[in-house]
Amino acid sequence: MGKVLMKGNEVIGEAAIHAGCVYFFGYPITPQSELVAYMAKRLPEVNGLFLQAESEVAAINMVYGAASAGVRVMTSSSSPGFSLKQEGISYLAGAELPAVIVNIGRGGPGLGNIQPAQSDYFQVTKGGGHGDYYTPVLAPSTLQEIIELTSEAFRIADDYRTPVILLGDGMLGQMMEPVEFRDIKEKEFKEKEWATSGTEGDGPPRVITSLDLSDIKLEERNNRLQEKYSKIKKQEIKVESLYTEDAEHIVIAYGTVARMVQSAIEKAREEGMKIGLIRPVTLWPFPSEVISRISEDVKGILAVEMSAGQMVEDVRLAVEGKTPVSFYGRTGGVIPSVEEIYEAIKKLGKGVTA
Amino acid sequence: MKQELIIAGFGGQGVMSMGQLLAYAAMKEGKEVSWLPSYGPEQRGGTANVSVVISDSKFGSPVIDRPTSLIALNNPSFQKFEPSVKEGGEIFINEDLVTVQSGRKDITVHLIPALTVANELNEQRTAGMVILGAFITKTGILKAESLLSALTYLLGTKKDHLIPVNRQAILRGEKIIRKALSSIN
Repeated sequence: MGKVLMKGNEVIGEAAIHAGCVYFFGYPITPQSELVAYMAKRLPEVNGLFLQAESEVAAINMVYGAASAGVRVMTSSSSPGFSLKQEGISYLAGAELPAVIVNIGRGGPGLGNIQPAQSDYFQVTKGGGHGDYYTPVLAPSTLQEIIELTSEAFRIADDYRTPVILLGDGMLGQMMEPVEFRDIKEKEFKEKEWATSGTEGDGPPRVITSLDLSDIKLEERNNRLQEKYSKIKKQEIKVESLYTEDAEHIVIAYGTVARMVQSAIEKAREEGMKIGLIRPVTLWPFPSEVISRISEDVKGILAVEMSAGQMVEDVRLAVEGKTPVSFYGRTGGVIPSVEEIYEAIKKLGKGVTA
Repeated sequence: MKQELIIAGFGGQGVMSMGQLLAYAAMKEGKEVSWLPSYGPEQRGGTANVSVVISDSKFGSPVIDRPTSLIALNNPSFQKFEPSVKEGGEIFINEDLVTVQSGRKDITVHLIPALTVANELNEQRTAGMVILGAFITKTGILKAESLLSALTYLLGTKKDHLIPVNRQAILRGEKIIRKALSSIN
Protein backbone atom coordinates (compact mmCIF):
# COMPACT_ATOMS: atom_id res chain seq x y z
CA MET A 1 0.00 0.00 0.00
CA GLY A 2 1.39 3.38 -1.03
CA LYS A 3 1.11 6.71 0.67
CA VAL A 4 -2.24 8.31 1.30
CA LEU A 5 -3.15 11.84 2.30
CA MET A 6 -5.33 11.91 5.39
CA LYS A 7 -6.27 14.13 8.31
CA GLY A 8 -4.67 13.28 11.64
CA ASN A 9 -8.02 12.40 13.19
CA GLU A 10 -8.74 9.96 10.37
CA VAL A 11 -5.29 8.43 10.68
CA ILE A 12 -6.00 7.59 14.32
CA GLY A 13 -9.18 5.79 13.27
CA GLU A 14 -7.56 3.78 10.49
CA ALA A 15 -4.57 2.97 12.69
CA ALA A 16 -6.91 1.66 15.39
CA ILE A 17 -8.62 -0.60 12.87
CA HIS A 18 -5.21 -1.83 11.71
CA ALA A 19 -4.44 -2.57 15.36
CA GLY A 20 -7.51 -4.79 15.55
CA CYS A 21 -9.85 -2.33 17.25
CA VAL A 22 -13.32 -2.56 15.72
CA TYR A 23 -15.34 -1.18 18.63
CA PHE A 24 -15.68 2.56 19.03
CA PHE A 25 -17.95 4.59 21.27
CA GLY A 26 -17.82 8.27 20.51
CA TYR A 27 -19.28 11.67 21.00
CA PRO A 28 -18.43 14.59 18.72
CA ILE A 29 -16.43 17.62 19.81
CA THR A 30 -14.15 19.91 17.79
CA PRO A 31 -11.29 19.41 16.97
CA GLN A 32 -11.58 15.61 17.05
CA SER A 33 -14.99 15.06 15.37
CA GLU A 34 -13.46 13.69 12.15
CA LEU A 35 -12.30 10.65 14.11
CA VAL A 36 -15.86 9.92 15.22
CA ALA A 37 -17.13 10.48 11.68
CA TYR A 38 -14.41 8.26 10.22
CA MET A 39 -15.24 5.42 12.58
CA ALA A 40 -18.97 5.78 11.82
CA LYS A 41 -18.15 5.25 8.15
CA ARG A 42 -15.36 2.69 8.40
CA LEU A 43 -16.34 0.32 11.21
CA PRO A 44 -19.44 -1.14 9.49
CA GLU A 45 -17.18 -1.96 6.52
CA VAL A 46 -14.96 -4.14 8.71
CA ASN A 47 -17.84 -5.75 10.62
CA GLY A 48 -17.12 -3.57 13.61
CA LEU A 49 -19.41 -1.58 15.86
CA PHE A 50 -19.64 2.18 15.93
CA LEU A 51 -21.97 3.75 18.42
CA GLN A 52 -22.51 7.42 19.05
CA ALA A 53 -23.24 7.68 22.75
CA GLU A 54 -25.55 10.24 24.34
CA SER A 55 -22.60 11.82 26.15
CA GLU A 56 -18.89 11.45 26.83
CA VAL A 57 -19.73 9.85 30.17
CA ALA A 58 -21.88 7.23 28.47
CA ALA A 59 -19.19 6.57 25.85
CA ILE A 60 -16.44 5.84 28.38
CA ASN A 61 -18.76 3.50 30.28
CA MET A 62 -19.58 1.66 27.08
CA VAL A 63 -15.83 1.29 26.66
CA TYR A 64 -15.73 -0.24 30.14
CA GLY A 65 -18.34 -2.79 29.08
CA ALA A 66 -16.65 -3.72 25.80
CA ALA A 67 -13.22 -3.94 27.46
CA SER A 68 -14.69 -6.27 30.08
CA ALA A 69 -15.77 -8.56 27.27
CA GLY A 70 -12.15 -8.71 26.10
CA VAL A 71 -12.22 -6.77 22.84
CA ARG A 72 -9.97 -3.96 21.70
CA VAL A 73 -11.97 -0.75 22.14
CA MET A 74 -11.48 2.98 21.79
CA THR A 75 -13.15 6.28 22.53
CA SER A 76 -12.02 9.81 21.85
CA SER A 77 -12.72 13.38 22.79
CA SER A 78 -11.16 16.80 23.21
CA SER A 79 -10.26 18.58 26.43
CA PRO A 80 -13.68 19.49 27.99
CA GLY A 81 -15.17 16.20 26.85
CA PHE A 82 -12.07 14.35 27.99
CA SER A 83 -12.56 15.83 31.48
CA LEU A 84 -16.00 14.25 31.53
CA LYS A 85 -14.45 10.83 30.94
CA GLN A 86 -12.22 10.95 34.03
CA GLU A 87 -14.52 8.99 36.33
CA GLY A 88 -14.72 6.23 33.74
CA ILE A 89 -10.96 6.18 33.20
CA SER A 90 -10.43 5.81 36.96
CA TYR A 91 -12.84 2.85 36.93
CA LEU A 92 -10.98 1.30 33.97
CA ALA A 93 -7.69 1.68 35.85
CA GLY A 94 -9.20 0.24 39.02
CA ALA A 95 -10.80 -2.70 37.25
CA GLU A 96 -7.60 -3.20 35.21
CA LEU A 97 -9.26 -2.97 31.85
CA PRO A 98 -7.35 -2.34 28.60
CA ALA A 99 -8.71 0.48 26.44
CA VAL A 100 -7.38 3.39 24.39
CA ILE A 101 -8.70 6.89 25.02
CA VAL A 102 -7.79 9.67 22.61
CA ASN A 103 -7.55 13.32 23.66
CA ILE A 104 -7.11 15.82 20.82
CA GLY A 105 -6.51 18.77 23.11
CA ARG A 106 -7.83 22.31 22.74
CA GLY A 107 -7.54 25.58 24.62
CA GLY A 108 -8.84 25.69 28.20
CA PRO A 109 -9.74 25.88 30.99
CA GLY A 110 -13.50 25.51 30.86
CA LEU A 111 -15.09 25.62 27.44
CA GLY A 112 -11.97 27.47 26.27
CA ASN A 113 -11.80 27.38 22.50
CA ILE A 114 -11.17 24.92 19.68
CA GLN A 115 -7.56 25.87 18.92
CA PRO A 116 -4.65 23.52 19.68
CA ALA A 117 -3.26 23.36 23.22
CA GLN A 118 -1.17 21.11 25.46
CA SER A 119 -2.70 22.25 28.71
CA ASP A 120 -4.11 18.83 29.63
CA TYR A 121 -0.62 17.50 30.45
CA PHE A 122 -1.18 17.44 34.21
CA GLN A 123 -4.52 15.70 33.75
CA VAL A 124 -3.23 12.91 31.52
CA THR A 125 0.10 12.26 33.25
CA LYS A 126 -0.89 12.48 36.90
CA GLY A 127 -3.93 10.21 36.89
CA GLY A 128 -6.69 12.64 35.98
CA GLY A 129 -9.48 10.96 37.92
CA HIS A 130 -9.67 9.93 41.56
CA GLY A 131 -7.52 7.30 43.22
CA ASP A 132 -3.90 6.21 42.99
CA TYR A 133 -3.46 5.43 39.33
CA TYR A 134 -1.53 6.40 36.22
CA THR A 135 -2.24 5.87 32.57
CA PRO A 136 0.49 5.45 29.97
CA VAL A 137 0.38 8.48 27.66
CA LEU A 138 1.68 8.43 24.07
CA ALA A 139 2.19 11.74 22.26
CA PRO A 140 2.79 11.51 18.49
CA SER A 141 4.23 14.52 16.67
CA THR A 142 3.59 13.47 13.08
CA LEU A 143 0.76 11.68 11.32
CA GLN A 144 3.01 8.75 10.44
CA GLU A 145 3.90 8.40 14.10
CA ILE A 146 0.20 8.27 14.98
CA ILE A 147 0.03 4.92 13.18
CA GLU A 148 2.90 3.45 15.14
CA LEU A 149 1.79 4.81 18.50
CA THR A 150 -1.87 3.86 18.12
CA SER A 151 -0.76 0.28 17.60
CA GLU A 152 1.58 0.59 20.59
CA ALA A 153 -1.23 2.02 22.72
CA PHE A 154 -3.33 -1.10 22.15
CA ARG A 155 -0.38 -3.39 22.84
CA ILE A 156 0.49 -1.65 26.10
CA ALA A 157 -3.18 -1.63 27.13
CA ASP A 158 -3.43 -5.38 26.60
CA ASP A 159 0.00 -6.28 28.02
CA TYR A 160 -0.58 -4.44 31.29
CA ARG A 161 -4.38 -4.42 31.45
CA THR A 162 -4.53 -0.65 31.66
CA PRO A 163 -6.25 2.24 29.94
CA VAL A 164 -3.79 4.11 27.68
CA ILE A 165 -4.10 7.73 26.54
CA LEU A 166 -3.18 8.87 23.03
CA LEU A 167 -2.59 12.62 23.34
CA GLY A 168 -2.55 15.06 20.44
CA ASP A 169 -3.80 18.58 19.86
CA GLY A 170 -6.10 20.28 17.40
CA MET A 171 -3.26 20.87 14.97
CA LEU A 172 -2.34 17.20 14.82
CA GLY A 173 -6.00 16.22 14.42
CA GLN A 174 -6.80 18.73 11.68
CA MET A 175 -3.68 18.67 9.54
CA MET A 176 -2.99 16.38 6.60
CA GLU A 177 0.26 14.64 5.76
CA PRO A 178 1.06 11.66 3.58
CA VAL A 179 1.05 8.47 5.64
CA GLU A 180 1.73 4.87 4.84
CA PHE A 181 -0.01 1.96 6.49
CA ARG A 182 2.78 -0.51 6.03
CA ASP A 183 1.76 -4.10 5.71
CA ILE A 184 0.85 -4.96 9.21
CA LYS A 185 0.90 -8.64 9.91
CA GLU A 186 -2.31 -10.20 11.11
CA LYS A 187 -1.79 -9.92 14.83
CA GLU A 188 -2.47 -12.78 17.13
CA PHE A 189 -4.02 -11.42 20.23
CA LYS A 190 -3.38 -13.24 23.42
CA GLU A 191 -6.56 -14.67 24.78
CA LYS A 192 -7.84 -12.67 27.71
CA GLU A 193 -8.59 -15.39 30.19
CA TRP A 194 -9.99 -12.83 32.61
CA ALA A 195 -12.60 -11.43 30.19
CA THR A 196 -16.28 -11.82 30.98
CA SER A 197 -17.06 -13.37 27.64
CA GLY A 198 -19.08 -16.29 29.06
CA THR A 199 -17.63 -19.25 30.99
CA GLU A 200 -19.70 -21.89 29.16
CA GLY A 201 -20.03 -23.63 32.50
CA ASP A 202 -16.36 -24.60 32.56
CA GLY A 203 -15.33 -22.54 35.56
CA PRO A 204 -16.35 -20.04 38.20
CA PRO A 205 -17.92 -16.73 37.20
CA ARG A 206 -15.41 -14.07 36.20
CA VAL A 207 -15.78 -10.73 37.88
CA ILE A 208 -14.68 -7.34 36.63
CA THR A 209 -14.94 -4.63 39.24
CA SER A 210 -13.08 -1.78 40.85
CA LEU A 211 -14.97 -2.27 44.12
CA ASP A 212 -13.27 -3.73 47.20
CA LEU A 213 -15.18 -3.07 50.40
CA SER A 214 -12.38 -4.59 52.49
CA ASP A 215 -9.58 -2.12 53.14
CA ILE A 216 -6.94 -4.84 53.07
CA LYS A 217 -8.23 -6.16 49.74
CA LEU A 218 -8.27 -2.68 48.25
CA GLU A 219 -4.75 -2.06 49.46
CA GLU A 220 -3.70 -5.31 47.79
CA ARG A 221 -5.26 -4.08 44.56
CA ASN A 222 -3.41 -0.80 44.91
CA ASN A 223 -0.15 -2.60 45.51
CA ARG A 224 -0.75 -4.66 42.40
CA LEU A 225 -1.40 -1.48 40.40
CA GLN A 226 1.76 0.15 41.73
CA GLU A 227 3.83 -2.90 40.80
CA LYS A 228 2.38 -2.72 37.32
CA TYR A 229 3.26 0.98 37.07
CA SER A 230 6.85 0.23 38.12
CA LYS A 231 7.06 -2.37 35.39
CA ILE A 232 5.68 0.07 32.81
CA LYS A 233 8.21 2.70 33.93
CA LYS A 234 11.00 0.17 33.39
CA GLN A 235 9.86 -1.14 30.05
CA GLU A 236 7.80 1.37 28.13
CA ILE A 237 9.64 4.69 28.05
CA LYS A 238 9.98 6.14 24.57
CA VAL A 239 11.98 9.26 23.77
CA GLU A 240 13.59 10.82 20.71
CA SER A 241 16.87 12.72 20.83
CA LEU A 242 18.01 14.94 17.99
CA TYR A 243 21.30 16.87 17.67
CA THR A 244 22.18 16.01 21.29
CA GLU A 245 25.74 14.64 20.72
CA ASP A 246 27.51 18.00 20.77
CA ALA A 247 24.71 20.02 22.39
CA GLU A 248 25.52 22.69 24.94
CA HIS A 249 21.86 23.45 25.53
CA ILE A 250 18.80 21.26 25.23
CA VAL A 251 15.22 22.09 24.32
CA ILE A 252 12.53 19.69 25.50
CA ALA A 253 9.15 19.61 23.77
CA TYR A 254 6.58 17.00 22.82
CA GLY A 255 3.89 16.49 20.19
CA THR A 256 3.41 19.07 17.45
CA VAL A 257 5.37 21.72 19.36
CA ALA A 258 8.49 19.58 18.98
CA ARG A 259 8.23 20.23 15.23
CA MET A 260 8.31 24.00 15.64
CA VAL A 261 11.16 23.52 18.09
CA GLN A 262 13.04 21.36 15.57
CA SER A 263 12.78 24.11 12.95
CA ALA A 264 13.94 26.70 15.51
CA ILE A 265 16.88 24.49 16.52
CA GLU A 266 17.91 24.01 12.89
CA LYS A 267 17.89 27.78 12.49
CA ALA A 268 19.96 28.20 15.67
CA ARG A 269 22.44 25.57 14.46
CA GLU A 270 22.89 27.50 11.21
CA GLU A 271 23.98 30.38 13.46
CA GLY A 272 26.47 28.11 15.16
CA MET A 273 24.57 27.49 18.38
CA LYS A 274 24.89 23.95 19.65
CA ILE A 275 21.33 23.12 20.59
CA GLY A 276 19.80 19.67 20.94
CA LEU A 277 16.22 18.42 21.13
CA ILE A 278 14.75 15.84 23.46
CA ARG A 279 11.21 14.84 22.60
CA PRO A 280 9.38 12.69 25.14
CA VAL A 281 7.20 10.28 23.16
CA THR A 282 5.72 8.74 26.29
CA LEU A 283 4.70 11.51 28.69
CA TRP A 284 3.98 8.93 31.35
CA PRO A 285 6.24 7.16 31.95
CA PHE A 286 8.38 10.29 31.54
CA PRO A 287 11.94 9.88 30.18
CA SER A 288 13.41 11.24 33.43
CA GLU A 289 16.63 9.24 33.25
CA VAL A 290 17.59 10.45 29.78
CA ILE A 291 16.97 14.03 30.89
CA SER A 292 18.78 13.55 34.19
CA ARG A 293 21.83 12.16 32.41
CA ILE A 294 22.04 14.91 29.80
CA SER A 295 21.52 17.62 32.42
CA GLU A 296 24.98 16.78 33.74
CA ASP A 297 26.58 17.68 30.41
CA VAL A 298 24.71 20.79 29.26
CA LYS A 299 24.67 24.44 30.29
CA GLY A 300 20.91 24.73 30.39
CA ILE A 301 17.55 23.30 29.38
CA LEU A 302 14.53 25.03 27.88
CA ALA A 303 11.06 23.48 27.94
CA VAL A 304 8.60 24.68 25.30
CA GLU A 305 4.90 23.91 25.56
CA MET A 306 1.49 25.11 24.47
CA SER A 307 0.62 25.60 28.13
CA ALA A 308 1.56 27.87 31.00
CA GLY A 309 4.20 25.34 32.05
CA GLN A 310 3.18 21.79 32.91
CA MET A 311 5.71 19.31 31.50
CA VAL A 312 8.44 21.66 32.71
CA GLU A 313 7.65 20.48 36.26
CA ASP A 314 8.60 16.91 35.31
CA VAL A 315 11.71 18.26 33.58
CA ARG A 316 12.73 20.06 36.78
CA LEU A 317 12.12 16.90 38.83
CA ALA A 318 14.35 14.96 36.44
CA VAL A 319 17.08 17.62 36.35
CA GLU A 320 17.22 17.93 40.17
CA GLY A 321 18.86 21.33 39.96
CA LYS A 322 21.87 20.05 38.01
CA THR A 323 21.40 22.67 35.31
CA PRO A 324 19.17 25.74 34.92
CA VAL A 325 15.73 24.99 33.47
CA SER A 326 13.77 27.73 31.71
CA PHE A 327 10.38 27.72 30.07
CA TYR A 328 8.68 29.22 27.06
CA GLY A 329 4.99 28.69 26.38
CA ARG A 330 1.90 30.10 24.72
CA THR A 331 -1.62 29.36 25.92
CA GLY A 332 -5.24 29.64 24.89
CA GLY A 333 -4.77 28.02 21.51
CA VAL A 334 -1.89 30.24 20.38
CA ILE A 335 0.78 28.24 18.57
CA PRO A 336 4.31 29.43 19.40
CA SER A 337 6.05 30.49 16.21
CA VAL A 338 9.45 29.19 15.14
CA GLU A 339 10.71 32.78 15.46
CA GLU A 340 9.53 33.08 19.09
CA ILE A 341 11.12 29.75 20.00
CA TYR A 342 14.32 30.79 18.25
CA GLU A 343 14.38 33.98 20.36
CA ALA A 344 13.89 31.90 23.52
CA ILE A 345 16.78 29.65 22.42
CA LYS A 346 19.01 32.69 21.89
CA LYS A 347 18.35 33.78 25.48
CA LEU A 348 19.47 30.31 26.60
CA GLY A 349 22.91 30.98 25.17
CA LYS A 350 23.14 34.16 27.24
CA GLY A 351 22.47 32.23 30.39
CA VAL A 352 19.16 33.94 31.13
CA THR A 353 16.56 31.71 32.72
CA ALA A 354 12.91 32.50 32.92
CA MET B 1 13.48 23.42 -2.89
CA LYS B 2 10.92 24.41 -0.28
CA GLN B 3 7.72 26.40 -0.59
CA GLU B 4 5.78 27.67 2.39
CA LEU B 5 2.45 28.76 0.95
CA ILE B 6 -0.60 30.32 2.54
CA ILE B 7 -3.83 30.31 0.53
CA ALA B 8 -6.49 32.61 1.91
CA GLY B 9 -9.94 33.74 0.84
CA PHE B 10 -13.65 33.53 1.59
CA GLY B 11 -15.19 30.26 2.63
CA GLY B 12 -16.54 28.62 -0.53
CA GLN B 13 -13.82 29.94 -2.83
CA GLY B 14 -12.09 26.59 -2.70
CA VAL B 15 -9.22 27.59 -0.44
CA MET B 16 -9.05 24.23 1.35
CA SER B 17 -9.44 22.25 -1.89
CA MET B 18 -6.70 24.21 -3.62
CA GLY B 19 -4.37 23.37 -0.76
CA GLN B 20 -5.45 19.75 -0.83
CA LEU B 21 -4.73 19.52 -4.58
CA LEU B 22 -1.22 20.84 -4.06
CA ALA B 23 -0.64 18.51 -1.10
CA TYR B 24 -1.84 15.49 -3.04
CA ALA B 25 0.20 16.39 -6.12
CA ALA B 26 3.29 16.94 -3.95
CA MET B 27 2.82 13.55 -2.31
CA LYS B 28 2.56 11.91 -5.73
CA GLU B 29 5.82 13.58 -6.75
CA GLY B 30 7.43 12.04 -3.67
CA LYS B 31 7.90 15.34 -1.87
CA GLU B 32 7.44 16.03 1.82
CA VAL B 33 4.24 17.96 2.42
CA SER B 34 1.90 19.17 5.12
CA TRP B 35 -1.57 20.76 4.91
CA LEU B 36 -2.77 22.71 7.90
CA PRO B 37 -6.19 24.38 7.73
CA SER B 38 -7.48 27.23 9.80
CA TYR B 39 -10.37 25.62 11.59
CA GLY B 40 -10.91 28.20 14.29
CA PRO B 41 -13.46 30.95 14.68
CA GLU B 42 -12.02 32.94 11.77
CA GLN B 43 -13.54 30.29 9.53
CA ARG B 44 -16.98 31.38 10.75
CA GLY B 45 -16.12 34.99 9.98
CA GLY B 46 -16.11 34.27 6.28
CA THR B 47 -12.38 33.97 5.67
CA ALA B 48 -10.50 30.71 5.49
CA ASN B 49 -6.85 29.94 5.07
CA VAL B 50 -4.65 26.91 4.69
CA SER B 51 -0.89 26.50 5.14
CA VAL B 52 0.84 24.16 2.72
CA VAL B 53 4.52 23.29 3.08
CA ILE B 54 6.09 21.47 0.13
CA SER B 55 9.72 20.45 0.39
CA ASP B 56 12.28 18.18 -1.24
CA SER B 57 13.57 17.21 2.19
CA LYS B 58 12.06 16.57 5.60
CA PHE B 59 10.98 19.63 7.55
CA GLY B 60 9.81 20.36 11.08
CA SER B 61 7.04 22.89 11.43
CA PRO B 62 3.78 22.70 9.46
CA VAL B 63 2.96 26.17 10.80
CA ILE B 64 4.01 29.04 8.56
CA ASP B 65 5.05 32.32 10.19
CA ARG B 66 6.63 33.90 7.11
CA PRO B 67 5.22 32.43 3.87
CA THR B 68 7.44 32.31 0.80
CA SER B 69 4.25 32.58 -1.27
CA LEU B 70 0.74 33.84 -0.64
CA ILE B 71 -2.33 33.22 -2.75
CA ALA B 72 -4.90 35.85 -1.79
CA LEU B 73 -8.43 35.51 -3.10
CA ASN B 74 -10.03 38.52 -1.42
CA ASN B 75 -9.16 41.88 0.16
CA PRO B 76 -9.31 40.87 3.84
CA SER B 77 -6.98 37.92 3.21
CA PHE B 78 -4.55 40.08 1.30
CA GLN B 79 -4.50 42.66 4.08
CA LYS B 80 -4.09 40.01 6.75
CA PHE B 81 -1.18 38.08 5.21
CA GLU B 82 0.62 40.53 2.90
CA PRO B 83 2.79 41.94 5.73
CA SER B 84 3.96 38.45 6.76
CA VAL B 85 5.31 37.39 3.34
CA LYS B 86 9.04 36.73 3.44
CA GLU B 87 11.41 39.20 1.77
CA GLY B 88 11.82 38.10 -1.82
CA GLY B 89 8.51 36.26 -1.59
CA GLU B 90 5.63 36.30 -4.02
CA ILE B 91 1.94 37.04 -3.86
CA PHE B 92 -0.50 35.67 -6.38
CA ILE B 93 -3.78 37.53 -6.25
CA ASN B 94 -7.13 37.08 -7.84
CA GLU B 95 -7.08 40.42 -9.63
CA ASP B 96 -10.86 40.36 -10.12
CA LEU B 97 -11.51 40.43 -6.40
CA VAL B 98 -8.47 41.95 -4.73
CA THR B 99 -8.43 45.70 -5.19
CA VAL B 100 -5.97 46.78 -2.50
CA GLN B 101 -2.31 47.12 -3.39
CA SER B 102 0.92 46.25 -1.69
CA GLY B 103 3.28 49.01 -0.69
CA ARG B 104 6.16 46.59 -0.26
CA LYS B 105 9.14 46.77 -2.55
CA ASP B 106 10.79 43.55 -1.34
CA ILE B 107 8.15 41.17 -2.72
CA THR B 108 6.60 40.47 -6.12
CA VAL B 109 2.86 40.66 -6.67
CA HIS B 110 1.37 38.73 -9.58
CA LEU B 111 -2.04 39.88 -10.76
CA ILE B 112 -4.08 36.97 -12.09
CA PRO B 113 -7.51 37.74 -13.57
CA ALA B 114 -8.67 34.33 -12.41
CA LEU B 115 -12.40 34.95 -12.43
CA THR B 116 -12.35 36.58 -15.85
CA VAL B 117 -10.50 33.58 -17.27
CA ALA B 118 -12.78 31.12 -15.49
CA ASN B 119 -15.84 32.89 -16.91
CA GLU B 120 -14.30 32.74 -20.39
CA LEU B 121 -14.00 29.02 -19.87
CA ASN B 122 -17.68 28.93 -18.82
CA GLU B 123 -16.75 27.31 -15.53
CA GLN B 124 -16.45 29.79 -12.69
CA ARG B 125 -15.23 27.09 -10.32
CA THR B 126 -11.94 26.84 -12.22
CA ALA B 127 -10.75 30.25 -10.96
CA GLY B 128 -8.61 28.53 -8.34
CA MET B 129 -6.96 26.34 -10.97
CA VAL B 130 -5.98 29.40 -13.00
CA ILE B 131 -4.11 30.76 -9.99
CA LEU B 132 -2.58 27.39 -9.16
CA GLY B 133 -1.38 27.12 -12.76
CA ALA B 134 0.36 30.47 -12.36
CA PHE B 135 1.75 29.50 -8.95
CA ILE B 136 3.34 26.21 -10.00
CA THR B 137 4.72 27.71 -13.21
CA LYS B 138 6.35 30.65 -11.44
CA THR B 139 7.74 28.68 -8.50
CA GLY B 140 8.48 25.43 -10.34
CA ILE B 141 7.51 23.54 -7.23
CA LEU B 142 5.17 21.06 -8.99
CA LYS B 143 4.37 19.81 -12.47
CA ALA B 144 1.04 20.67 -14.09
CA GLU B 145 0.49 16.98 -14.79
CA SER B 146 0.73 16.16 -11.08
CA LEU B 147 -1.87 18.80 -10.33
CA LEU B 148 -4.21 17.33 -12.93
CA SER B 149 -3.80 13.79 -11.70
CA ALA B 150 -4.49 15.07 -8.18
CA LEU B 151 -7.67 16.64 -9.49
CA THR B 152 -8.65 13.46 -11.29
CA TYR B 153 -8.24 11.58 -8.03
CA LEU B 154 -10.07 14.09 -5.84
CA LEU B 155 -12.98 14.67 -8.23
CA GLY B 156 -13.59 10.98 -8.66
CA THR B 157 -14.90 9.26 -11.78
CA LYS B 158 -18.35 10.86 -11.56
CA LYS B 159 -16.93 14.29 -12.21
CA ASP B 160 -14.15 13.44 -14.64
CA HIS B 161 -15.94 15.43 -17.35
CA LEU B 162 -14.60 18.50 -15.53
CA ILE B 163 -10.97 17.53 -16.14
CA PRO B 164 -10.54 19.10 -19.62
CA VAL B 165 -11.80 22.52 -18.52
CA ASN B 166 -9.54 22.41 -15.47
CA ARG B 167 -6.60 21.50 -17.67
CA GLN B 168 -7.36 24.56 -19.76
CA ALA B 169 -7.59 26.67 -16.61
CA ILE B 170 -4.15 25.55 -15.45
CA LEU B 171 -2.70 26.24 -18.91
CA ARG B 172 -4.28 29.70 -18.97
CA GLY B 173 -2.72 30.46 -15.59
CA GLU B 174 0.63 29.27 -16.91
CA LYS B 175 0.29 31.46 -20.00
CA ILE B 176 -0.65 34.55 -18.00
CA ILE B 177 2.37 34.26 -15.73
CA ARG B 178 4.75 33.51 -18.60
CA LYS B 179 3.50 36.53 -20.52
CA ALA B 180 3.81 38.76 -17.47
CA LEU B 181 7.34 37.54 -16.84
CA SER B 182 8.48 37.98 -20.43
CA SER B 183 7.15 41.54 -20.50
CA ILE B 184 9.22 42.32 -17.41
CA ASN B 185 12.41 40.81 -18.80
